[in-house]
Amino acid sequence: MSLKSLKVPAIDFVNKRRYALFFSALLLAMSVVSLGMQGLKLGIDFTGGTLIEIGYEQTADLEEIRTKLADADYIGTNVQYFGSDTEVLIQLEPQAVSSAKLSSSIIRMLGEGVDVRRVEFVGPKVGEELTNDGGLALLYALIGILIYVALRFEYRFALGSISALVHDVVITLGVFSVLQIEFDLTVLAALLAVIGYSLNDTIVVFDRIRENFLSTRHTDPKPIVNDALNQTLARTLMTSLTTLLVLLALYFLGGEVIHSFAGALIIGVVIGTYSSIYVASSMILALGIAKEDMLPSEKEKKEIDARP
Amino acid sequence: MNHYAGWKNALIAFFLFLSTLYALPNIYGSDLAIQISGTGDIIVNNEDVRAIESALVDNDIDHKSIGLVNSRILIRFNDSQSQLSSKALLKQSLSRNYVVALNLAPSIPKWLSNIGGKAMSLGLDLRGGVHFLLEVDMDAVIATSIDRYENELRSLLKKDRLYRKILKENNSLVVIFNEQNLKDQAKKVIRDELPDLMIVEGSESELQLSLEITTDTQSAAKKSALKQNITTLRNRVNELGVAEPIIQQQGTERIVVQLPGVQDTARAKEILGAVATLEFRLVDEKNDLQSAVNSGKNPSGSKLYYFRDGRPLLLKTGVIVTGENIVDAASSVDQQNNSPMVSITLDNTGGRSMLETTKEYLHHRMAVVYIENKVETIIKDGETIKNRSKTQDIINAATIQGTFSNRFQITGIDSSREARNLALLLRAGSLSAPIEIIEERTIGPSLGADNIQKGLMSVLIGFVLVLVFMGWRYRVFGLVANVALTINLVTIVSILSLIQATLTLPGIAGIVLTVGMAVDANVLIFERIKEELHANKNIQKAISAGYGKALLTIADANITTLIASLVLFSFGTGAVKGFAVTLSIGIITSMFTAIIVSRAIINLIYGGKKVEELAI
Repeated sequence: MSLKSLKVPAIDFVNKRRYALFFSALLLAMSVVSLGMQGLKLGIDFTGGTLIEIGYEQTADLEEIRTKLADADYIGTNVQYFGSDTEVLIQLEPQAVSSAKLSSSIIRMLGEGVDVRRVEFVGPKVGEELTNDGGLALLYALIGILIYVALRFEYRFALGSISALVHDVVITLGVFSVLQIEFDLTVLAALLAVIGYSLNDTIVVFDRIRENFLSTRHTDPKPIVNDALNQTLARTLMTSLTTLLVLLALYFLGGEVIHSFAGALIIGVVIGTYSSIYVASSMILALGIAKEDMLPSEKEKKEIDARP
Repeated sequence: MNHYAGWKNALIAFFLFLSTLYALPNIYGSDLAIQISGTGDIIVNNEDVRAIESALVDNDIDHKSIGLVNSRILIRFNDSQSQLSSKALLKQSLSRNYVVALNLAPSIPKWLSNIGGKAMSLGLDLRGGVHFLLEVDMDAVIATSIDRYENELRSLLKKDRLYRKILKENNSLVVIFNEQNLKDQAKKVIRDELPDLMIVEGSESELQLSLEITTDTQSAAKKSALKQNITTLRNRVNELGVAEPIIQQQGTERIVVQLPGVQDTARAKEILGAVATLEFRLVDEKNDLQSAVNSGKNPSGSKLYYFRDGRPLLLKTGVIVTGENIVDAASSVDQQNNSPMVSITLDNTGGRSMLETTKEYLHHRMAVVYIENKVETIIKDGETIKNRSKTQDIINAATIQGTFSNRFQITGIDSSREARNLALLLRAGSLSAPIEIIEERTIGPSLGADNIQKGLMSVLIGFVLVLVFMGWRYRVFGLVANVALTINLVTIVSILSLIQATLTLPGIAGIVLTVGMAVDANVLIFERIKEELHANKNIQKAISAGYGKALLTIADANITTLIASLVLFSFGTGAVKGFAVTLSIGIITSMFTAIIVSRAIINLIYGGKKVEELAI
């Protein structure tokens, strides 16, 4: 199929949903196991602690920094290159005495002439609050969307879209857990954006399913859903591609600070595209969607009447 | 068909004009500048401007312009050399009633700023600076007021010898009586004279009752402590010389302090969190020091203090002067032995008391005690608890050589850095309750510049990639979508500038994401038009149906994304909030540009004409 062809593709998505189900189940199981076994590598936003990013003029000697930190009895330290070998990222767990002054004494210890690029200190109490707020934010976003979709469509669609969202969030978290990429506040923000994005995709498909139900005499939901998926496929792929293009630009050019954020969005957009094709529509089919459920609202009734 | 009324096109054109106009201030860049403002009641005026200008001319320092903006003097420079040298000059020549701070001033043409044009305000992660979240130790506030009420209660009940004993237990006062009728009498007196105290329910027994501060009084005490601390912090920040600092209350016991462009963050930390003051006391020369050290008991009328090196000394309990009486302090170096010192100026009360003391106790010894309250969070057995400590060190004890009143110097300070800090703290006033930094986010100037550059680069590359892709895929329609996308970007920038929302790095990421997602609406419409064409509809009808049918879908899809970003906005802090802001604005503007603006252009190209084939 050439991209410029006007033909609507005829891929049999619906009958392949068993494979998709298996695939999703596998991904979900892997994610849950990984989250259960090793969890997320939480950043200091959530665990509390200190982070110092330092720029050197020449290649930095990590061993020397580690020795200095160990000699000064700091616990739970992690020293690594950040972006290039002249930049160093030092992370410390919350120490016995939690204090913002800690970073000052470390910087003084590392000597004059270093370029302090970034210092973050999060007290244990703040970390706890950020974790709670973050969890609540995810929950409220899901509830808000559930209500909106239930009002605009009906509850089966709402359940379908929410299951797709949960699917996307769990798998994205799973990837972060398996690869042990650091999970910080910006990643949480990315996760919420993923929810919005994936839902965007799902809603477009749902809109088309509803429209098709209303414009045809057939009552078998399977071909109707399949048609809707095929009709929206070009759009689904186009939008995912443009979004991925800018995200890749962000990932490769946006700098280290934005890396996990862009990474989370890339994973989320890929999973979200897949889930809006396979998960959400399979779910509403499984929930037994039917033509009778598509009672049009007053305004839409008029639109249908006006059709030739 | 497919024709917009003239007024509609005109409205769209007007809108485009406005958004371009208000996005414009962002392309002008900014000048190196110095900003001078008055502290407290001092307001800078045109006379100051003239004085400063002539000072600059006298010292051969080049400046681009000087003027009074929003009751601040703004001096712009061509290079950082003259900016720094004039800062040094002005700091020296102006009195401490003025704050001299380095700044970057956007160089927007006058006509543009006259109509309200402003550049976007950049977040700390883009311009460099410090963000602190400070927590006021409210338990200490309550403990202090309990102490005060204990004294009041004692003197109130002493008159008629009503009580036998008053004890302090946690945050309540336990009063023990000899007889029940005395207790009843006391209850009446307390109700009338000390209404801020109330009897703890169920605490009353035959000869005993517990009192605590009413919740209203407690929250009033907390509120005033917070307010007073904010004032003190503002004074301290002024002393540090920061342009456009933000000092704000957050919640009931926290204060946010943002200091853009501060380089010496270590000093900022020391200064903001410090609760340090001085006390002047006479040395007790009668009682035996050694026996007090051995027994660990304070003789009556005296208390044991230590020097920083551990030497003990007995000081009299009566305080001559406290930090409260200090109106000015300056650090300098003692010429004789090259050691750091602080010159103190006292208020009238302090000066009088100092004069009387030095007259009466000439050739006796007087000591300066440095008092610092600290609060830290420590982790013990997995629990986080607040650890309070108070250090009281003697920094100096010397024989009074002559009488003096409100001006004198103190020495014995460890380093000139400490002398500078002490002088600043004494000038800015003390905090009414200890505070602790519970969150810090510092971005160095080099990383800030990097972030701007990388952020802009990724917006640009992402934008170009999408433009190319859309043009290739949808040809003429793709180009129209590209125009709409460009307008969208300009509109986002103009709205951010107008509402002065803070642009952060995640905010830039939000814009990048919007660029990717904004074309979605156009993709939906164009794919729909293709479908309609495929169903052999007339070309004009296909365009109209494509726009019409996609509309509801676009609205649904965008509103759900908007819900997610609004949740993000209400829960997010700082940088995350910046992401939510740009994402929300982007969603709304993209609906406008992708639907209405693109339609207007399509109508202008194809509307009302006989078209054989669409380039889509």
